[in-house]
Amino acid sequence: MSLLSVSGLRAGYGLVEVLFGIDLEVDEGELVVVLGSNGAGKTTTLRAVSGMIEAEGEILFDGQRMNGRRPDQFLAAGIAHVPQGRGTITDLTVQENLEIGAWTRKDGEVGADIDRWYATFPRLGERREQLAGSMSGGEQQMLAIARAFMSRPRLLLLDEPSLGLAPLVTAEVVASLRTVTDETGTAVLLVEQNADLALGFAGRAYVLEAGSIALSGPAAELKGDESVRKAYLGF
Amino acid sequence: MNNFLQVLVVGIGDGAVYAMLGLGLVVIYRSTGLLNFAQGELAMFSTFITWTIWEVGVPLPLAVLGGMVGGFLVGALIHQVAVRPLGDPHLRPLATVIVTIGLFLGVNGAAQLIWGTLDKDFPKLFGESQVTVGGVAVAWQKIGAVLVLALMVLVFWFLFQRTKVGLAMRAVASNSESAALVGVPVPRLLMLGWGLAAAVGTVAGVFTAPNLGLGSNLMQLTLIFGFAAITLGGFDSPLGAVVGGMVVGILTSVLPQYLPIFEKMRLAPAFILILAVLLFRPQGLFGRKQVERV
Repeated sequence: MSLLSVSGLRAGYGLVEVLFGIDLEVDEGELVVVLGSNGAGKTTTLRAVSGMIEAEGEILFDGQRMNGRRPDQFLAAGIAHVPQGRGTITDLTVQENLEIGAWTRKDGEVGADIDRWYATFPRLGERREQLAGSMSGGEQQMLAIARAFMSRPRLLLLDEPSLGLAPLVTAEVVASLRTVTDETGTAVLLVEQNADLALGFAGRAYVLEAGSIALSGPAAELKGDESVRKAYLGF
Repeated sequence: MNNFLQVLVVGIGDGAVYAMLGLGLVVIYRSTGLLNFAQGELAMFSTFITWTIWEVGVPLPLAVLGGMVGGFLVGALIHQVAVRPLGDPHLRPLATVIVTIGLFLGVNGAAQLIWGTLDKDFPKLFGESQVTVGGVAVAWQKIGAVLVLALMVLVFWFLFQRTKVGLAMRAVASNSESAALVGVPVPRLLMLGWGLAAAVGTVAGVFTAPNLGLGSNLMQLTLIFGFAAITLGGFDSPLGAVVGGMVVGILTSVLPQYLPIFEKMRLAPAFILILAVLLFRPQGLFGRKQVERV
């Protein structure tokens, strides 16, 4: 059984419909990407899957129906969401951002986890007392990812980590993420416009076009698909 | 010189009260990022609760604690009934601010309905006696105000900087969406913020009422001074509220002694101060400057 199973997902904002019945699945520990251009509905998909907006259709996580629950209940179930634009809490320090990331946890290992993230992202460790808002885009993205992992999620939703970052910085962020997922076995649902980056990272991919899934399959296969290459890879 | 010291002492005593009300404003600002125009009226309302408890024969210090609990409940209830239905205050700031102005009128009216329009006599928490220090008479009530204020600042500093709930309240103020995504129950923390602000306001009201008489307009002037205090100190800084409150209290007490023009315009120094701070140092003395990088 899949960890996340979404079927017939319809969502929108007010009268504007954005998603027209989407099916997608993520298995335990799997890295999945949703590719799509601006306005295809990538962010809306993630927002529905973390409970931030209401959606029709069915969202099953670990066999439980999640529809209608609040974001904190999605998180408690094991879904962490790094929103677009990173969503670091800019008025808190790096350390405080990581501490608040562990809000739902009751165990005594929070401090040890924070140290572990400082080891994974040494640049965060050097800036623990710095306000998150004063850091560079790449550092904030690393912080946002580390903070999301502080809740020890089973599924991480990651919204366009490459947005506004230099290609080298993006590569660094993605490489760190890879290390982390290898180690923790956390499943990732990534949405991206940068197909080259995303297909290199994920094992399986969906292509979202105007609110519907146009294509899906193993990442390696999609990389060779002519329409994907034309639309997202530019050759 | 003695005259100066005397008005200085009066100013510090007044300033402590402005700072207390300012603390309540800071609490709301810290959890919602907004100013609460109903802060003074909530303080007035819970002072009336205190008075009612005292009237039936409960000792005043206990009555004040009861008033704080009552204030907390009223503040939390108002959040649930009048503020929360609007949705996230960070997304609809104007609507929320307008509601606080509506609450200003509503709470004022409710107090008049319940307790009437005649001012009540309110006893001094620290009694009528005074000590003379170096030729200057200092009322115990003023010393008490400063001590209570110091205690409140300590409690708040501890709450915001050293507890998980305080951290969550700051997270909600800064970025409520991200706070919700890490599992913080945002509406419940906002409710807590409203309750705390009203509870703190009780103390400010209890120190204001003996001088002005307890009526529904009790805190309206004090609120202006409270706004001036936190503008100077920084909207998000409890320490700033204290320093700002003291400066405002001292200015409004000392200035009229030396510049007769302010005798008839006691509010003027507060407004001048607000204007000057907004022009030259908008984040206030202790406020954090907004930094944002994209």
